[in-house]
Amino acid sequence: MLSTLDQYLPHAVAIVVAAGVAALVVFAFIGAAAFLFIWGERKVSGRIQDRLGPTRVGKFGLLQSLADGIKLVTKEDFVPAGSDKFLFRIAPFVAFCAAFTGFIALPFAQGVVAQPLNVGAFFVLAVLSSEVFGVLLAGYSSANKWSLFGGVREAAQVVSYEIPRSLCVLVPVCIAGTLNLNTIATQQEGFFWNWYVFHDPFTFVAFFVFFIVATASCKRAPFDLAEAESELVAGFLTEYSGMRWSYFFLAEYASMFAMSALASILFLGGWHSGLLPFEPATAFGAILGNLVDVGVFILKGSALVVVMMWMRWSLPRLRIDQVMSTCLEYFVPISCGLLVGVCVWQLYVPSAVAEGTKYVLAFGSLAFAAITLVAAAKTRPTPQHSGAFAKP
Amino acid sequence: MTLDLALFVVLASVIAASAIGVVVAHTIVRSAVFLLFTLIGVAFLYFLIGAEFLGAAQLIVYVGGTLVLLVFGGMLTSGGPFQTLRVRRLEWLFGGFVALAIFAALAQVSLALGQRPTTDAPLPPGAGPLGVAFLTSHLLPFEIVSVHLLVVLVGAAYLARTRKRAALGSEDSASRRNGGTP
Repeated sequence: MLSTLDQYLPHAVAIVVAAGVAALVVFAFIGAAAFLFIWGERKVSGRIQDRLGPTRVGKFGLLQSLADGIKLVTKEDFVPAGSDKFLFRIAPFVAFCAAFTGFIALPFAQGVVAQPLNVGAFFVLAVLSSEVFGVLLAGYSSANKWSLFGGVREAAQVVSYEIPRSLCVLVPVCIAGTLNLNTIATQQEGFFWNWYVFHDPFTFVAFFVFFIVATASCKRAPFDLAEAESELVAGFLTEYSGMRWSYFFLAEYASMFAMSALASILFLGGWHSGLLPFEPATAFGAILGNLVDVGVFILKGSALVVVMMWMRWSLPRLRIDQVMSTCLEYFVPISCGLLVGVCVWQLYVPSAVAEGTKYVLAFGSLAFAAITLVAAAKTRPTPQHSGAFAKP
Repeated sequence: MTLDLALFVVLASVIAASAIGVVVAHTIVRSAVFLLFTLIGVAFLYFLIGAEFLGAAQLIVYVGGTLVLLVFGGMLTSGGPFQTLRVRRLEWLFGGFVALAIFAALAQVSLALGQRPTTDAPLPPGAGPLGVAFLTSHLLPFEIVSVHLLVVLVGAAYLARTRKRAALGSEDSASRRNGGTP
């Protein structure tokens, strides 16, 4: 886009315009994604709890988020007496800026990225982990015990889960030999057994560990200790209302998608559908191919976000000591082992074995997914399976 | 005025303003927040001259690590909520003198360096050559630093380890008698 603009505008103006357009596109994407994810979250939770979720506002309740938004805008912007007013006001924006900046280095298709960075993976991790500042400041500045507990818990949790998360990111990076997210995704071109998740047993495990740890670092249930409404009223959010409250949710859904997108770039082939043995952007032409790529990428990211919602409504919340010991006693050693394992695999395993493992893992997972789906489709709700029909 | 210079001026004024904020803020947590903005500004300065790896490292090491520790320290050591810091006049004077001396030294060095690096200059080597250098020609210093960090880590784990059940119980009751501060 920059080279096109360069023909009409002076270089400096062209850069500013291109940056502005990129920022607007990212902002619009985050807004639209949060709009749909909040609706999706309510629908998913409704279905899991044997109810319908929102149905009144628009078709299938699709405009529920709009109605919520109008409600939030009209609410009073409230700052509690005795709080640190400056920090209380900026905390939501700190959280949102961190989530927003993560999207800048995230490639949605071959070269479709706001700012291509050679150290993209590193940058995204660095930026997303500073989201904790917003939460910590919100907790501290509210001058409220529940808020402070929420903030401190969140800080402890994010600081510990950052270690296994970075180590799990290093596992595919070891295979790729680069931190450039664009290159990592390009290397996984072709059929789905080329994805790094099926590369060897270590990356296969690393994907699941990364996904769990990413869920924890987005403070999603079962790791939502910062909010913990059964213990801490609403944790760090207790004193917030209106738009400032909704900025935290915008940040949460944005970082959920950013984490899912990072997982799909590192492990699940990025924008490659896994069904075409070529790069769509070169085969179908720039516009159609890139549209297909972006569509596939957003679909993969959203699918992982839906899995996060599914986990949230299926699993009970962990206790804070369980959260910490899960990380320090299980995930840190496991991810260290995975990192050593993948290096050994790269150095010493003969290529025939490596190729074989790839197909075994890929088709094994496919068969497992197929069997699970068929079994789930065959299951009919019976009084034993669904409490709704059970007689008292 | 080129775009490069304009961006530099914007970033530099943000850094300078928040650095002043660190000094004049009354609570330690507010100082930490201003320090956060200073460090982020410096990271963006690195991005501006094309040193992406350095910028990202600045974000993850200083912004992510040091500041979380600082905020923790500030929040867990102060005796009450929003405790304000009082600075005596002599401390202002002494601090100002040291700051002026350092500023003069830095200004002299940077003026002697000449041209400010621009985005048009060839990009500095990225993470690749750096990593190769660490594992070949600079292996010994790298290993010394790694072992040093490992020792620090083990020491921190040793200090923070759970004590035996009996010792913990007696300490808990002791700390409760002393008004909750262990």
